[in-house]
Amino acid sequence: MLNNWKKWLLGDGEVLDDLPAPREIPDLSREKIKEKNRQKALEIENKAWIKRLVRAESRGFHIAYIVIAVLSCIGMIGVLLFLIGNLPNYGQENPRTLEVVTRYVEKGLEETGAVNIVSGMILDYRAFDTLGESHVLFTAFVCAMILLRQDYRNMHSPVDDFRSLIGDEYFDLSKDTILQESGALLGSWIFLFGIYVLLNGQNSPGGGFSGGAIMGTGLIIFAASFGMARVDKFFTRKLFFNLVFLSLAFYNFAKGYVFFMGANGLENHIPKGTPGALLSGGLILPLDIAVGIVVACTMFGFYSLFRRGSIGGKIEP
Amino acid sequence: MDMIEIFKITLLLLLIGCAIAVNLTRTLLQAVIIFISYSSIMSLIWLLMESPDLAITEAAVGAGVSGVLFLMTLKRLRAENTEDEDAPK
Repeated sequence: MLNNWKKWLLGDGEVLDDLPAPREIPDLSREKIKEKNRQKALEIENKAWIKRLVRAESRGFHIAYIVIAVLSCIGMIGVLLFLIGNLPNYGQENPRTLEVVTRYVEKGLEETGAVNIVSGMILDYRAFDTLGESHVLFTAFVCAMILLRQDYRNMHSPVDDFRSLIGDEYFDLSKDTILQESGALLGSWIFLFGIYVLLNGQNSPGGGFSGGAIMGTGLIIFAASFGMARVDKFFTRKLFFNLVFLSLAFYNFAKGYVFFMGANGLENHIPKGTPGALLSGGLILPLDIAVGIVVACTMFGFYSLFRRGSIGGKIEP
Repeated sequence: MDMIEIFKITLLLLLIGCAIAVNLTRTLLQAVIIFISYSSIMSLIWLLMESPDLAITEAAVGAGVSGVLFLMTLKRLRAENTEDEDAPK
């Protein structure tokens, strides 16, 4: 520092010599890219098996492909139609499932406290199914994260690096007023509708999964119109994983309690409430909220992963 | 045959048309758009079959989220080919 200062004062030598060289920004000009692509195409064309494939295609490979595709489609349709022919007619009683259906329709309201029998089924009688569904969704999200997440270790080329580091800022949308205004208007209403569908799941069509998906769509619209940086301010990675973990854990414990009590012939102390009210259906509303949070988080997480390869905040070193 | 029957049959024909059209498209973007319209038609059919729960889910997931994810995938694919208008000039 002092040395540089002395050099500058005396006027000999470049001060900036000692500083580290700035990182090179890769050349992304059109001509360079086109040249690169042309070379790649030439390389591919020269390979022998491609030549053979092209020749085969010209010899009617294409026609054979279409014929085989159509035949296999027709075969599949035939199998499906044959199987459908064995099902009971629409509205006709099916003796194998009649018992359960009657029970659900006649005693569903009384036993679950939910006006919407579908909600009562998927979150009370068949709550284990929904639990598995939420876990499958989260597992799918984790797999997508394994494949798509980017950090400094798996960025293979400088172009990649450049794109993921400044891509979001480069294609900045913060100046597009029309997009932002319409995004704010549409996104907020869609988010509100999602909350309505989620909370009213026991009384009207809807519930955890659909409400969560609608809420996730609202978040996606918000992120698409305002940029990821705005969303990162409130939707961090920590919040994401805490929300998902707490929701899944709550679901596990609540439903485990109910199943344990029910299996041992004990009475569980969860009030059912008056059917039709907002707070009714016993555990259905809290479970709906848990499933909705998991679905909304994973939907938005998928979007975030696909868009820039990380959830919440910058890429970690 | 009343109006609702005709509407149902039209929707089913459109559904089959969409399913065939996805195979015949040239570009991936067209295929994605046809897939989204397929999901919208399917959600109308669910509604006519008196299962509004499924209709809401189909509209939100099939037409909304998965369409967005397909479009994001297309964007990523184009970004990795580095040949299209996504590349900065």
